[in-house]
Amino acid sequence: MSHSAPDPNDAHGSVFDGLLEGSVGDSSQWAFGTRPEELQGEDPLAGVDTTVPEGVDPHALATYCLMLADDALVLSHRLSEWCSRAPDLEEDIALANIALDLLGQARLLLARAAAADPAVVPSLPAGSPVPAEDALAYFRDAPDFRNVRIAEVANGDFAHVVVRVLLVSTVRLALLARLADSRDTVLSAVAAKGVKELTYHRDYAGRWFLTLARGTEESRRRLVAALDLLWPLYPEMLAAHPVEAALAGAGVAVDPTTVADEVDVVLDQVLAVSGVDRPGLGALAGVSGRTGRDGLHTEALSRMLAEMQVVARAHPEGRW
Amino acid sequence: MVTAYAVARTVTDPEMPMLTLEDLGVLRSVEEHDGRVEVAITPTYSGCPAMATMRDDLVHRLHDAGYADVRVRVALTPAWSSDWISDEGRRKLAEHGISPPGPAPTGRGPGGGPVTISLLPTRRALSCPRCASAEVELTSEFGATACKALYRCAACLEPFEHVKEI
Repeated sequence: MSHSAPDPNDAHGSVFDGLLEGSVGDSSQWAFGTRPEELQGEDPLAGVDTTVPEGVDPHALATYCLMLADDALVLSHRLSEWCSRAPDLEEDIALANIALDLLGQARLLLARAAAADPAVVPSLPAGSPVPAEDALAYFRDAPDFRNVRIAEVANGDFAHVVVRVLLVSTVRLALLARLADSRDTVLSAVAAKGVKELTYHRDYAGRWFLTLARGTEESRRRLVAALDLLWPLYPEMLAAHPVEAALAGAGVAVDPTTVADEVDVVLDQVLAVSGVDRPGLGALAGVSGRTGRDGLHTEALSRMLAEMQVVARAHPEGRW
Repeated sequence: MVTAYAVARTVTDPEMPMLTLEDLGVLRSVEEHDGRVEVAITPTYSGCPAMATMRDDLVHRLHDAGYADVRVRVALTPAWSSDWISDEGRRKLAEHGISPPGPAPTGRGPGGGPVTISLLPTRRALSCPRCASAEVELTSEFGATACKALYRCAACLEPFEHVKEI
């Protein structure tokens, strides 16, 4: 049996009429493609003062913003890959929420990078409507990404994502708590807001870490295996790149080495309560000293970006 | 002509339409200068996907009220706090089956030090917005929108949402 399309001129009206009520000639309720020109684009920093603080190198500031942004963007993508795959609906929603918070932080930081130094934004065909934050997310290749490698490695089981979120959010929370005092007012605002969100992320991961460690033999085995797998990527988060060190000296950034003790205390607390030993594994080496912050990544990032960027790159003049 | 503020304060939140943006504490200021209106809004969470809709709704409603030149800017600082939800907003939330937030944490640990990690489920003194029972259990700290946690009432067995403290 087939149904004919509803006739909008039918005397009984169409089931869709309610959607149009009181909105003749008004297309603002439609999400896709029909919004008026002046409402398109959505600068997350609209009207925010993005003046670079005095005495700070704009390119260095942009690079630092990319580091913080890329950590959030790449991990957000990895977490969103969990959507529909988590052990139950509540964890699916939790991981999606954490991904969304990180994506929001990434957008603000990418926009801040572009405002500090437009030269970091990849060039697109003239007339392309792609905003700077999207150009940075979708049109840079892996070597231009500045994230730490722990954000990019492929997903594993649920214990893997719990350990990854615990390690990353513990470090990021400590960094942003100090960054809230940055001389750069945009970074300071993004950081102050991020602290509140990351507190929830870290608690979530910490509670699951404890639950899995004290759960069954199998959950504990998987947790310890995930910890061993990710631990070699942990020291990279606490190493200072020259850009971080220089900007920390200028009162704009946080040198990650200064939060190492604080982060260790938190992780030791989680490990102690969970009855899990701190892994005795060393750091995953870089290549000639270069790591994620220098654009040196694992193969996993290229694969991830290929999937994340393919649609945007196929339509560099597309409106979304 | 109605003032721009009078118009802006009636615009509702796209995800919790029982609240106005003012009830929610998202509307930070409305200024009129020489026929130009500048509205400042702040996101509840960094990734709040409703920001574009809020902005569009504000522009739209102000246009309809006769204000041709409207700018909506983002106010990032101070960061939004659930403490900014008005008493009226809290009343409306409860009336619609959503448990309003308690006092927001300070964002600092004891003695102003680092925020401490909490490895036990958050304990909140709250009651079921349907049957008022205090026998409620946390299902998840994350819900259908960034700002809510999920609870279940052990007395009437209904699930309900709670606006999180941030």
